[in-house]
Amino acid sequence: MMKKALLLIPLLLLAGCSSSQTWGWYVIDPRTDSGWTNVKFLISGMGATILISLIAAALSIVIGLLVALPGLSEKRGWRLLNRVYVEFIRAIPLLPMLFWVFYGLPIVFQSMGLNIPIDPFWGAIITLAISDSAFTAEIYRAGIQSIARGQREAAQTIGLNYVQTMRYVILPQAIRRILPPLANQFIYIVKMSAFASVIGMQELTRRANELVVTEYRPLEIYTLLIFEYLILVLIISAGVRWLERRMGADERG
Amino acid sequence: MPDPAIELVDVNKWFDTFHVLKNINLTVNSGEKVVICGPSGSGKSTVVRCINQLEKHQKGTIRIDGVELKDDAKSAATIRSEVGMVFQQFNLFPHLSVLDNLTLGPIKARGLSRAKAEERARHYLERVHIPDQADKRPTQLSGGQQQRVAIARSLCMEPKVLLFDEPTSALDPEMIAEVLDVMVELAHEGMTMVVVTHEMGFARKVADKMIFMDEGEIVEQGKPEHFFTNPTSERCRKFLSQILQH
Repeated sequence: MMKKALLLIPLLLLAGCSSSQTWGWYVIDPRTDSGWTNVKFLISGMGATILISLIAAALSIVIGLLVALPGLSEKRGWRLLNRVYVEFIRAIPLLPMLFWVFYGLPIVFQSMGLNIPIDPFWGAIITLAISDSAFTAEIYRAGIQSIARGQREAAQTIGLNYVQTMRYVILPQAIRRILPPLANQFIYIVKMSAFASVIGMQELTRRANELVVTEYRPLEIYTLLIFEYLILVLIISAGVRWLERRMGADERG
Repeated sequence: MPDPAIELVDVNKWFDTFHVLKNINLTVNSGEKVVICGPSGSGKSTVVRCINQLEKHQKGTIRIDGVELKDDAKSAATIRSEVGMVFQQFNLFPHLSVLDNLTLGPIKARGLSRAKAEERARHYLERVHIPDQADKRPTQLSGGQQQRVAIARSLCMEPKVLLFDEPTSALDPEMIAEVLDVMVELAHEGMTMVVVTHEMGFARKVADKMIFMDEGEIVEQGKPEHFFTNPTSERCRKFLSQILQH
């Protein structure tokens, strides 16, 4: 009985939606001049969202590998370094880290006598990259560990040093297992990039917030915002699936 | 007196608290073929893996060509230039063609040109009797062929010593002979070899020295003619009777 009553709530909400008093689609109706201007304003944040995400992902892929490698060392000290980084970074929520980087880090730089300003663009990228790198590091570690130990030993016995072993033997094999989860991780970056809005980065979410303030139509504007992210993410996951298929085909061939 | 190719003096090793090698003393002269046998878990593979430092020993001395192995660059360079290894599981690189498996070491570690490395690779593929498989992937070959590629890969580094860690144990019976034939040919050409194996026919044919290990110790060593006909220790006698029964 109770469960059935709970089901009624979304139904009532939906019923409410159909009433024109709750919805005011005119605010983003592309058929009207003002609606079209608003839509263009909202979509214009797309470039920044994509750019931030791409640069952050690229940095995270590099930092993640640099963090993962000591984690695979036989020396306990190196492994500890990896563990501390991963556990520490993974534990920090994105928003506080963003505040720390944007408002705190310039003060650290200043106290060191450096004058390095951090704008919202780079503040967001640095935060996203560092935060995500803890996860990419774990993806690398699992992927590299999945390659049989004999491969590394064989490389060693034909005289390859550590870097050569990684470059020519381990990573080319591990990449098939690393790439799909890494691409998946990119979806997280895109979604988390919305936090950049709070430090003033003009990306999708920030644009939506600003329009809400002037138009007082949060429901419609945020609905469109959600669909903007949805489309972005759907495109990426189609890419991930294509990648997985190609990797799988490679493995068979 | 010339330095022996390999010299182990009182080598000890522990895996945590497990004493896997106990006071191993072993000398392998240049050109000599040594066959190590023993029950599983006796430490025979570990001896071979210590010689090329895939495992580190904790006590005692290992010398390759007179160079004492330590955790330093000189030791690493010595092992790299002088010791080759053939594994039970072949450990070929599955993402590379047979030819690239063979040329990777000479090109990257030795600085050979691609042309020179390929010429060398084809030469050694010929020697292990598979000259026309160069462009295939390792997974397209039979087990026996894969192991022969692995032997060729080691030979491409032109080592002074070749170690074999149970090279035929992962093979189907009908493929063992083709691998052993190649090893016998190598032996006759004067390669210094340390072979961990249960193939006693091979041992009789090529071994200059037989080693029997049990529970981390060298229990018996000697010339094959004594070793097979008149072993001194009870454990060795029992082991031989078990594996020669069939």
